[in-house]
Amino acid sequence: MSAIRRWAIALGVLLLGRKQRQPRFADRTRIVPPGDPDPRAEWLVLLLLLAAAGAAVGFIVFYSFNHLAHQTQYLGLALGLAFGFVAAALVVVGKRLVVTEELEEDYPLPGHPTSQEELEQLVEESGDRFTRKRLLLAGAGAAGTAIGAALVVPALSLGPLLDTGAFYETPWRRGVRLVDGHGKPLLLDEIERETFYTAYAQGADKELLGSPIVVVRFEPSQLDLPAQRRDWAPGGVVAYSKICTHAGCAIALFRKPTFPVVEPGPALICPCHYSTFDPTRAAKVIFGPAGRPLPQLPLAVDSSGVLRAAGNFSGPVGPSWSGVRSKRPRNPS
Amino acid sequence: MIRALVRYLDERSGTAPFLNKALRYVFPDNWSFLLGEVALYTFVILVGTGIYLTLFFEPSTAQTYYTGHYLPLRGHQMSVAYRSAVDLSFKVRAGLLMRQTHHWAADVFVASIVLHMLRVFFTGAFRKPRDLTYYIGLTMLIVALLEGYLGYSIVDDLLSGMGLAIGYSVLMSIPFVGGNLALLLWGAPFPGSPAFESRMYVAHVFLFPILIATLLGLHLFLVAARHHTQFRESRRTTEKKVVGIPTFPGQAPRSLGLFFAVAAVLFLLGGLVQINPIWLWGPYHVAQGTNGAQPDWYLGWLIGALRLVPDFDVTIGHYTLVPNPFWGGALFPLVVFLLLYLAPWLERRLTGEYGFRNLLDRPRDAPWRTALGVALFTWVFVVFLAGASDRVFVSFGVSYEAQIWAYRVLVVVAPVVALFVTRRLCLALQESDRLGRIRKRAEAEARGELPQPE
Amino acid sequence: MRRALAAGAVALALPAAAGAQPGVGVNAKTGEGLYAAYCLSCHGVDGSGVTSTSHPRGVLDLEGLGPPLEGVGARAADFYLTTGYMPLANPHDQPRRKKSPFDDHEIAALVAYVASLGKGPGVPHPQPQRGDVSSGLSLFTEHCAGCHQVDAEGGYLTNAVAPPLLQATPVQIAEAVRIGPYLMPKFPANQISDAQLNSIIAYVQWAKHPDDPGGWSIGRIGPVPEGLVTWLIAAVALVGCCLVIGRRFQR
Repeated sequence: MSAIRRWAIALGVLLLGRKQRQPRFADRTRIVPPGDPDPRAEWLVLLLLLAAAGAAVGFIVFYSFNHLAHQTQYLGLALGLAFGFVAAALVVVGKRLVVTEELEEDYPLPGHPTSQEELEQLVEESGDRFTRKRLLLAGAGAAGTAIGAALVVPALSLGPLLDTGAFYETPWRRGVRLVDGHGKPLLLDEIERETFYTAYAQGADKELLGSPIVVVRFEPSQLDLPAQRRDWAPGGVVAYSKICTHAGCAIALFRKPTFPVVEPGPALICPCHYSTFDPTRAAKVIFGPAGRPLPQLPLAVDSSGVLRAAGNFSGPVGPSWSGVRSKRPRNPS
Repeated sequence: MIRALVRYLDERSGTAPFLNKALRYVFPDNWSFLLGEVALYTFVILVGTGIYLTLFFEPSTAQTYYTGHYLPLRGHQMSVAYRSAVDLSFKVRAGLLMRQTHHWAADVFVASIVLHMLRVFFTGAFRKPRDLTYYIGLTMLIVALLEGYLGYSIVDDLLSGMGLAIGYSVLMSIPFVGGNLALLLWGAPFPGSPAFESRMYVAHVFLFPILIATLLGLHLFLVAARHHTQFRESRRTTEKKVVGIPTFPGQAPRSLGLFFAVAAVLFLLGGLVQINPIWLWGPYHVAQGTNGAQPDWYLGWLIGALRLVPDFDVTIGHYTLVPNPFWGGALFPLVVFLLLYLAPWLERRLTGEYGFRNLLDRPRDAPWRTALGVALFTWVFVVFLAGASDRVFVSFGVSYEAQIWAYRVLVVVAPVVALFVTRRLCLALQESDRLGRIRKRAEAEARGELPQPE
Repeated sequence: MRRALAAGAVALALPAAAGAQPGVGVNAKTGEGLYAAYCLSCHGVDGSGVTSTSHPRGVLDLEGLGPPLEGVGARAADFYLTTGYMPLANPHDQPRRKKSPFDDHEIAALVAYVASLGKGPGVPHPQPQRGDVSSGLSLFTEHCAGCHQVDAEGGYLTNAVAPPLLQATPVQIAEAVRIGPYLMPKFPANQISDAQLNSIIAYVQWAKHPDDPGGWSIGRIGPVPEGLVTWLIAAVALVGCCLVIGRRFQR
């Protein structure tokens, strides 16, 4: 018989043959009750499994492309359908091909008093030779606590724990120039009203919370700063920390009224929880959950017209913690 | 062939008797019992896709410049972590599928745990002896929330970076010790030392998954050891006997089928629906922010809480005792989870029942429990809705400020209303059940049949 | 005499302005005529502005209030009219994009009239093809994303909305950046140069049709729609699977 004929016959048997096997355990009481065959269901399951195989092959095919438009969609569809067809096949097996049984079983006992007592007894009798159990337990407790503490202590290397001085550090102090994102110094005359600028401390890492500030210009008559800050705003230019005092997001919104008769006043706003600060009144909180105003940076103009800090912020930058009102910020360098 | 396999297994492990018993374990036949399995299978998909992602993601905050194909980011300075995530999305074949499936699975994981928890709570399945199982489940929920938060934060994109700043602030706001803890964990003031990315990564990829897997193993062991609860469905379902489908052959294709269905849904979503398109947000920089930044849905209740609290820090002289984010970001979730943990104890105290319970209640049969549960859920849900009020304003024009005030009122009023309405509803349903039973008995008697015993 | 004419025009104009229907009771095609019919009650005679409420209320009991238009130039008029921000029925409302009640000729006439009210900037001619999307993303994130969202999907700021930019034309974007309409900042050329503006516009144009390699984009604003999909699609599908798979076995 040629190989092809043999394979063809085998395939035919595979596809069309039905099981006529003698069950091995025919003479025993059944564990699983008998059930009727369902040839339609079997064909359906076969079809679903072949569809799953097809989808999986599809996935492999789609994957093999170096670049295909919507490749992710095809891959997801193919793999998802492959799994989906297998799921469907199993559901059909569960509903139509598996023998339906409803069994009863006892719930486990709520407790095992005898075993519990034996356990107790075991532990108790094992302690026969101990006369100072409590004292020894106290000693074990002391050893355990101390060793536990010793093992935990290296976690302190993760960062400072007791010294929160780092919170007060900013890269600003008297004389530090204001620069833009590309390092170019800000000139007083280039700062216009009705817009807002982001500036950084020259030479400092831009990713420090204390570095970025927001700079806005008003007519000096529009400003209402506390007495001790009257000279913090040369030409009506004010600067505040750009980091929201509520939860640390960047104050990326500036509201500027075109027609103040009907529009709300100028404001610096945080996009996270919408804390709203009034830049004409030392960044007082006028809406939203922030608990303290934005720290203000005193400004001065040098002889070449460049804006410089005239000191450090009026308070620590960023979100509040227990010591946020106890000390003034400082420049560590 | 089966004979050879079984013999091999039993000779080398001696587990044939155990398998015989285990394969005939009786599963009560109710669809709502499959919700926990959905969570389990989602976790499997999370681990599988997660492992794939770790083969490509680089958790480093070292700065680099993007030189890949995605034009809008060309030349941008970013962390290596962010760039590796962008490369995973664009350069690694099937990378975007795995990333999106992983992220969808994370969202669905928490959702399925919540659904499962609701079923467990409202049917009283958490009562003794399953209170320990319940505590383990609650702990897994908390770990899952943290795990998800860390997972999307290690990518260092603009949205998740803003979210990390908020997490830092909430930690800082804990009275007395918050600042110290935040400094310890981050290693330096925000954005922290470069090691912080490693800390998040190792927690997300190793520590928390091991924790969840261990708790999950314990949880499943306890469920099997004490056996599933069951609904009171017939004369045969009692506190002593459980009725249902055996693991094999009955339940096996169902559970296996559900696994593949979960995999199908997740991979279909992962390929067809875009999630967290980090290339659109750009890398995180401390001085940048975008409007509309939100945490993933399962932390939406916290952003709502943070927005609703009015603007005050509690101070004593110069000492800031309670910074503002504490109330919404820390105390609120603490209270919610405390109440959830206390549920079994409260149940025992309020009903006076200290014994074992294997039978479940229909929610209507325990009016106070159901009402209190609905009230707690309403409380959390109202706060959750408040978190999306800015997008509601942008999409539907309802004033944000008005919404905030409305939610501040609802947060107090809605749970109380829900409590009483739910209780009334349960009692009304019980009454209609009772009348239904009386009617059935009367009809049976009228037909001359003996009434069925309860 | 001019005062009397002006008062008469105001009296005529107030009802029409409140209705803002083109052609209703108005027979004007000139810029001046259209202005008198639709704009004068809020923006005043010769664009001098109306900042007090001490004049008679118009129909619907509305008081006209509006900024002066002297020196705003063709640029501002073109922006507000082509976006439909103006005419604005209630001066206390935020102007929102809508279909303009005017046709192109009427807009051109009005623009010419407003430009004649004093020397002001003309309509800009941006060149977004000269800009590059990558710089545009940096610039947009720095100056615009806080209000308009990094994908120009729009956002909220206290007491106002920053609209999505998906319908904005390059000219309108160039105009808005320089004007700072309503509550938006007004960015001068020494802060955002014309070349940088070209890049910003190039970015916004790109943001209108990004690639979305991940599939259905569901809004490009992040987790809120993602949560909706999780619950309304995934959870529903999975609970549905549980219901189908877990259906009680029928004996």
